[in-house]
Amino acid sequence: MEKIIELKNISKAFDGETVLDNMSLDIYDNEFITLLGPSGCGKTTTLRIVGGFEHPDQGDVIFMGERINDVPPHKRHVNTVFQKYALFPHLNVFENVAFGLRQRKVPKNEIKEKVDNMLKMVMLSGFADRSVTSLSGGQQQRVAIARALVNEPKVLLLDEPLGALDLKLRKDMQQELKKIQKNTGITFIFVTHDQEEALSMSDTIVVMSEGKIQQIGTPSDIYNEPVNAFVADFIGESNIIDGVMLSDYRVRFGGHTFECLDTGFAPNEPVDVVVRPEDVDIVAPEKGMLCGNVTSVTFMGVHNEAIVDIGGFKWMIQTTDHVEENAYIGITLEPDAIHIMKKSKYSGMFGDYSSYSNELEELSNPGGEDEE
Amino acid sequence: MKASAAGKSHNTYRIALAPYSAWSVLFVLVPLIFIAFYAFTDNNFEFTTENITRFFTATSNLVQDDGSTQEVRTYLLIFMRSLKLAVISTAVCLLMGYPIAYIMARAKEKTQKTMVTLIMIPMWMNFLIRTYAWMTILQDTGIINGFLARLGLGEIHIIGTETAVILGMVYDYFPYMVLPIYSILAKLDGRLLEAARDLGCGSFSVLRRVIFPLSMPGVISGINMVLIPSISTFYISQKLGNGKFFLIGDAIEGQYVANNLHFAAAIAFILMVILLTVMALIKYVTARCVYGGD
Repeated sequence: MEKIIELKNISKAFDGETVLDNMSLDIYDNEFITLLGPSGCGKTTTLRIVGGFEHPDQGDVIFMGERINDVPPHKRHVNTVFQKYALFPHLNVFENVAFGLRQRKVPKNEIKEKVDNMLKMVMLSGFADRSVTSLSGGQQQRVAIARALVNEPKVLLLDEPLGALDLKLRKDMQQELKKIQKNTGITFIFVTHDQEEALSMSDTIVVMSEGKIQQIGTPSDIYNEPVNAFVADFIGESNIIDGVMLSDYRVRFGGHTFECLDTGFAPNEPVDVVVRPEDVDIVAPEKGMLCGNVTSVTFMGVHNEAIVDIGGFKWMIQTTDHVEENAYIGITLEPDAIHIMKKSKYSGMFGDYSSYSNELEELSNPGGEDEE
Repeated sequence: MKASAAGKSHNTYRIALAPYSAWSVLFVLVPLIFIAFYAFTDNNFEFTTENITRFFTATSNLVQDDGSTQEVRTYLLIFMRSLKLAVISTAVCLLMGYPIAYIMARAKEKTQKTMVTLIMIPMWMNFLIRTYAWMTILQDTGIINGFLARLGLGEIHIIGTETAVILGMVYDYFPYMVLPIYSILAKLDGRLLEAARDLGCGSFSVLRRVIFPLSMPGVISGINMVLIPSISTFYISQKLGNGKFFLIGDAIEGQYVANNLHFAAAIAFILMVILLTVMALIKYVTARCVYGGD
């Protein structure tokens, strides 16, 4: 595959606050790449630098081999689907979609044909004459996508485009976007803070935190082989336990030595051990590798989510079995359920469910989605 | 229970509104009725359309520059002259006001506040005093000519010309053009401008295709707020026009002073009908053209 965009050692600060810190990223042709991270991690700024709305303080933006740092947005071969759409309220659906074509002075009949095709693709054929303000959120979203795609950009930038939609519509749009990307072959750079969205849509995920890239990989790489506690915690649920790598294939944590599949660590190197909640098997206490008390059980529909206190560390366990609150249980871990990570600055910050609450997590996220 | 509570709150609402309703009736509706009543009655308060007809048919002889006289319809001529000066003033206000409003809206917040204050300060001074101030500036022996004389340049004659009247109107009504446009531009969603740039617009195209159409409501209310008072103004033309440019406002004032209340009311009434028609027309046209039908 061919590189279409290269970001080289990009740094950017707003009012002395570093937003991007020496960040480098290659984006390939025909790829669906997602920048994923919490508010303030620099993902939107990265997108705006590619779009030309921000200028990096340091570093280069290379587009198809050419440095485009100083090329203004209207001369770049990229188009953007903005957060909350930014449709033109004084124009109807047709004119919104035709906006870019009119600017390029495309002949009228060609505009009509292209816009009609595009509206058909986003399933808004009958809406050409409607005012954009009369459309639902999902419909406005489609207009925004059509308005960008009709210009046949080399790269489409999507800035949290599904953030304002309700869950059901969001799932549908995810599928649709993925389909559009496959059919058109246009490179999509998608920004989101929703890890599920990232996992289900992307070819490549770039996990960002504090202006730095934490990990780049396919969704399954990122999920199964997180490089550090931040990634493990941000992508899905994880129990992250302090451990010691005794030797290749042998790790000790929670007072028990486990078999694992990881190698390449120094003898007795302290490590972070990641165990996904769904990979834990519940057994009778006498058969358990580790034992503990169930402190709470939440019914989640498909599974039960139990918080289990094992030697003072609260594990999250997802199981389809029935679990009683306050029961004493044992757990076993298969070697492939254990993933070993090197210690990082994020060690010890994540992965303990002692004060776990979904609501709290949302409440304590001050930035919300309006990261600029 | 709930219904009665709602009814009660509705009643409270009405009681709270009562002073304003009374005020509106007393000072807006009643005067309008009086004007209409006077316009359609004669001195004995009997119904007549004579006052209205007089507005359209009264004639007088105008002495041309070459000494010949020409018969003209007095009030229609005065009205057209008022309209002309008002339209020119409004256009000047718009052409000067739009860029200023645009610059203000894009400035830093602190600068914006300062500029708004600067534009509003003249409005805190009495209208008559401001007009007198312009007299001293524009007079043949005024400040401008004094300055020109000191520079050794010839003097210019402004006072008593249409230019002076337009200048006075522009000066007086300028804030009413700038502020509505500014308030719309300041609220403009920055992401729309980014979207336009993203879709291939350079700075000028962004202005032409997004900013200007979206600011139309401000432009329209600015036009209304300048055009209407400048059509009916009377003092500016007397002082800065040396009484040579008799405007429709002067006509109304003159008739009142001469105690022709019924005819004065008729002129005021006709003017009001014309202005309301113009406003309705502007509103209709902009609703159709500017916002694509909604």
